[in-house]
Amino acid sequence: MTTTAPDRQQVGLDDEARLGLYATMVLARRFEEAILAEYHADKGPGFDIGKGLVPGEMHLAAGQEPVAAGVCAHLRSDDAITATHRPHHFAIAHGVDLGRMAAEIFGRETGLGHGRGGHMHLFDPETHFSCSGIVTEGYPAALGQAFAFVRHGTDRIAVAVTGDGGANQGAFHESLNLAACWKLPVVFVIEDNDWAISVPRSASTAVSSNATRARAYDMPGVRVEDNDVEAVYLAASEAVARARAGDGPSLIEVHTLRLWGHFEGDAQGYRPELAEVVGHDPIPSYETKLRSDGILDDSRRDKIYQQAGERIEQAIAFAKSSPLPDPSTARSYIFA
Amino acid sequence: MVVTESTVEAGLGGTHRLTTARAMVEAIEIEMRRDASVFYLGEDVGAYGGIFGSTTGLLDEFGPERVIDTPISETAFIGLAIGAAVEGMRPIAELMFADFMGVCLDQIYNHMAKIHYESGGHVKVPMVLTTAVGGGYSDGAQHSQCLWGTFAHLPGMKVVVPSTPADAKGLMASAIQDDNPVIYMFHKGVMGLAWMAKNSRAIDLVPEGLYTVPIGKAKVIRQGSDVSVVTIGLSVHHVLDVAENLAGNVDVEVIDLRSLVPLDREAILASVSKTGRLVVVDEDYLSFGLSGEVSATVTDVDPTMLKMPVKRVANPDTPVPYSRPLEYAILPRQDRIEAAIREVASA
Repeated sequence: MTTTAPDRQQVGLDDEARLGLYATMVLARRFEEAILAEYHADKGPGFDIGKGLVPGEMHLAAGQEPVAAGVCAHLRSDDAITATHRPHHFAIAHGVDLGRMAAEIFGRETGLGHGRGGHMHLFDPETHFSCSGIVTEGYPAALGQAFAFVRHGTDRIAVAVTGDGGANQGAFHESLNLAACWKLPVVFVIEDNDWAISVPRSASTAVSSNATRARAYDMPGVRVEDNDVEAVYLAASEAVARARAGDGPSLIEVHTLRLWGHFEGDAQGYRPELAEVVGHDPIPSYETKLRSDGILDDSRRDKIYQQAGERIEQAIAFAKSSPLPDPSTARSYIFA
Repeated sequence: MVVTESTVEAGLGGTHRLTTARAMVEAIEIEMRRDASVFYLGEDVGAYGGIFGSTTGLLDEFGPERVIDTPISETAFIGLAIGAAVEGMRPIAELMFADFMGVCLDQIYNHMAKIHYESGGHVKVPMVLTTAVGGGYSDGAQHSQCLWGTFAHLPGMKVVVPSTPADAKGLMASAIQDDNPVIYMFHKGVMGLAWMAKNSRAIDLVPEGLYTVPIGKAKVIRQGSDVSVVTIGLSVHHVLDVAENLAGNVDVEVIDLRSLVPLDREAILASVSKTGRLVVVDEDYLSFGLSGEVSATVTDVDPTMLKMPVKRVANPDTPVPYSRPLEYAILPRQDRIEAAIREVASA
């Protein structure tokens, strides 16, 4: 990929777009804060993972919002995303209905999967969003969605997301090779949060940047440092345009930040830098930048938070007021 | 086999003689002509025509846009088929040998098979996964397995195993038209390949034109009153050989299940309620598999239906050996089948 920075206005990064990036990140964060509270509200005494209104594993993406906001700003709702076990920020940035997603997380009949999927298995045909609980195994399906989009004569694209740990999976390399070989309209995204659960990147990955792995498959690869949403936006602008133009796949690795544990209940004793993490939260830093650029002020900020809060409140209320699935229907939907 | 009314299940017009492989291809051709969303992808499915003849001639008619050679990347291309199916296409992906499932099983059982369920029925995955199975030609432990019990154990995918040319065609057409993922397992020994021993029924009459066989319906391939033999795949032919040999002494009824999922339990029960004696012949591993499932189908309903304990003739939980006498010792071949039938019929 070229090293010259694209013109910010030319790729649409105007004031409104910048506020949009901020609003998307705020919405994702506020949603996950709400889920976090609901998740832990009734796990006691102690911590029982199977208890409460939101049982099971919970992987939250706080800190990684710049990746989803920066990439999804370029997508249309008819573009596809295959996300990871940590999917909420991408789902939100791509416009998945908050209420139906919340209802799925609460295991309700009104959820995206009528309570069959859960938070790692969200499927929304309306926005062509899906995710998988298996590391990098969402990559291959994105190839197929991209393949179908080409065959249908459209300029739609597919985005496939994994983590830095996932870049060591066979599915990653098979997918990059096949997408490059067939010139499929895919944007591969790696969220490098430094940790494969508890294993540091330095202990698991032979290359300092996964962008160099893109070169092995003859496709453009960039690494975005600093968890900067606008840098992600600019990198994605180029990759999405390339895919849409039929010029083939690209890879974007973003050095991002996992603010919280791998999953809720993870004490993160393995993480020496934990105390400093909160100081790198990308949302306050972007807020500061927008304020200093004169784009954001208290009233705009309050409005963004208020709108996010209202939507999330409605979504959680919808989820909580929805019925649980009827146990007698557990075997529905095995076959079409 | 004589094609009668009951075997021509949805065909029109005449019949012609085809090998099983050719019959399978004929169904794919017809569906590809009818439906532009159908395409075939896999290793050596283009110019080679499929290692076991599963795609011979398709490239010539449909070109490389619809008959697509892939890299040796089963995870990527099976996953690609899943994604394309989700977006409304009808892919047929070929896993060259079922034994290779180890390199791509996640896509098969965690994605292809579960997406419909996890999505609460909102997403359909209408695709076919074709794969070659079975031994008997000294291909060793990694290229001779049947493994249909493994796939059938995992919910969310249909599993079909044709044994005759007509069923190969009819089940393939149904598999392509199905809105669910279907694993289509063709035994190399029934394909009628020029370079492998053929059973006498590997070339047979096949209905011309559009022809479907419903998935989930077993077929009474030979009527009998003394012993029910329930089987699938190449074993169907070994059992028929034995049944013909024993005619006059033991009247053997032969049930070709044709699919494991759905399993036609009614057909099993109907036959055993008549004969009271059951032999299950399965080239797959003995334990935790099809033979146990068929036996339980009877005992779950009415164990007193059985006049004798069930006999199971299967691979005795042994990696398939290379050397011919060793391989023949573990395969459910005619000698073992005949001994089991005689034993069950003896009292």
